[in-house]
Amino acid sequence: MSRADRPKRRTLAPYGFLAPFFVPFVLFTLLPVGYAFWQSLHRTARTGGTFGRTHSVFSGLDQYADVVREPYFADSVLRVGLFALVQIPVMLLFALVLALLLDSAVARLKRFFRLVYFVPYGIPGVVAALMWASLYDPRLSPITALLDSAGIRADLLGPRLMLWSIGNVVTWTYTGYNMLILYSALQALPADIEEAARVDGANGWTTALRIKVPLIRPALVLTGVFSIIGSLQLFTEPQVFRSISTSVTSTYTPNLAAYSLTAGDDYGGAAALSVLLATVTFALSFAFLRLTTRRQG
Amino acid sequence: MSLLTRTDGAHATRTGRASTAVAVGFLTLAACYMLLPVYWLLVAATKSQGDLVDSPGLRPAHWHLGANLAALFRQQDGVYARWLLNSLLYAGAGAAVATALSAAAGYALAKYRFAGRELLFSVILGGVLVPATALALPLFLMFAEVDATNTFWSVFLPSVVSPFGVYLSRVFAAASVPDEVIEAARMDGAGELRIFTGIGLRMMSPALVTVFLFQFVVIWNNFLLPLVMLQDDDLYPVTLGLYTWQTQTSRLPVLQSLTIVGALVSVVPIVLTFLLLQRYWRAGLSAGAVK
Repeated sequence: MSRADRPKRRTLAPYGFLAPFFVPFVLFTLLPVGYAFWQSLHRTARTGGTFGRTHSVFSGLDQYADVVREPYFADSVLRVGLFALVQIPVMLLFALVLALLLDSAVARLKRFFRLVYFVPYGIPGVVAALMWASLYDPRLSPITALLDSAGIRADLLGPRLMLWSIGNVVTWTYTGYNMLILYSALQALPADIEEAARVDGANGWTTALRIKVPLIRPALVLTGVFSIIGSLQLFTEPQVFRSISTSVTSTYTPNLAAYSLTAGDDYGGAAALSVLLATVTFALSFAFLRLTTRRQG
Repeated sequence: MSLLTRTDGAHATRTGRASTAVAVGFLTLAACYMLLPVYWLLVAATKSQGDLVDSPGLRPAHWHLGANLAALFRQQDGVYARWLLNSLLYAGAGAAVATALSAAAGYALAKYRFAGRELLFSVILGGVLVPATALALPLFLMFAEVDATNTFWSVFLPSVVSPFGVYLSRVFAAASVPDEVIEAARMDGAGELRIFTGIGLRMMSPALVTVFLFQFVVIWNNFLLPLVMLQDDDLYPVTLGLYTWQTQTSRLPVLQSLTIVGALVSVVPIVLTFLLLQRYWRAGLSAGAVK
């Protein structure tokens, strides 16, 4: 059947199926991004004194320059950068080891462990932060008590350890989710791979590292990209800890800083910061994607 | 020869048994780590406000769960029940709509060839990379422009968009709806919409449970969007409600035990949803992860 023979409704059908998704997609994803971009380039000005009408004036990249020049900007960016560099590898390695062990080492209890590891993902970030906050609280914490008895005095809610206390909450929440993605990829590998490796004399770990891990690289890349996005956008956990500890400032992460600007009615500044943050996240995810997939070929 | 094989075999099982023990030990430790805060939550929810502060965190004190639950649903004229209901509405209805929209879009992208298909798919994939938290503030500014902040719709509408759901649906449609079946239905004279709802949706439905569940969790856990959009606490989802209680505990210490028991209750619906749907979402997830 040639293209011209097809009934017209069939050429229109895919657009009909896509429209219900695309209309809200444009309204609530593309448009806000565009609007924030427009707003970041304009400043509000008033004509005729303080009580005059407001209108917006094109201000170019001024607001970006203002935001970037603020001392909190570099601090918060470096903080999430350091966070990402440490937390993401720790979490993904943890998830990978769990997935490999579940895939090959244990036959029984598989379902039980898988379910247990996935429990934290279902718990909202707010609730997770609340739970860990109590476990960190020096007056109640069984963890600090344990560390104390080992001779280590650690203030888990203090300024020095706060970032890593948050890192623990994030690791706790998302390890199981990443484990499940990696585990599913492992399960999809053909069974004769393991068989062949065993015949060749490879032991469990060699098979895992040399054969299985390279084969599930796409799944690893996926978890890596999601983790990068998550780290740079860090908000919920530090925001909850803010109500408990003074170690978290209102500009602790870029996302918190943007939220504070909005709360202070500096919408242009908040827009500039949001656009900057989204661009950097997008660029880093994309770069990571390119880098890791190119090496594969 | 036979002796050699036997020793070899015995050796293999011995190291095998030892490494299995190490593996199970590690898996068990990891399980303890995952369950520690949950155990703490269960214990803490049964304590009175006094015991919460005075007794060791991981050891049960006097049983006070019933009274805590009663107090939870009495606080501020039962606002907590309202929050739970709001969350169920935002997450349940939002995820249902998101799944329907994603399924149709994913089906179109997988099963039709049309002008602009790859471009549209790239734009949607780009949408996957735009983080939801980066959208919250611009969305607030946009809704403010049309005076629609602090409404149910300002939180509900943005959550029906799930680019990741479209991506998964495309993978599912490609894997589970054969072209031959669609062709056969066309021969029988069925319309495109009939084919999608009658055949496509039915074949994709086990996998679509995954899309529903993930969007349900995303909306249920969403915090920044309701935080910036809503002032009226009658519209709060349960996460935002618990957060506001938490921020007031220094003034009203009783809110601490209410926050804890409220957190426990808020986890129940999501655990139930996962348990009820678990045989579907695992199948779907593996299909999504491989591609």
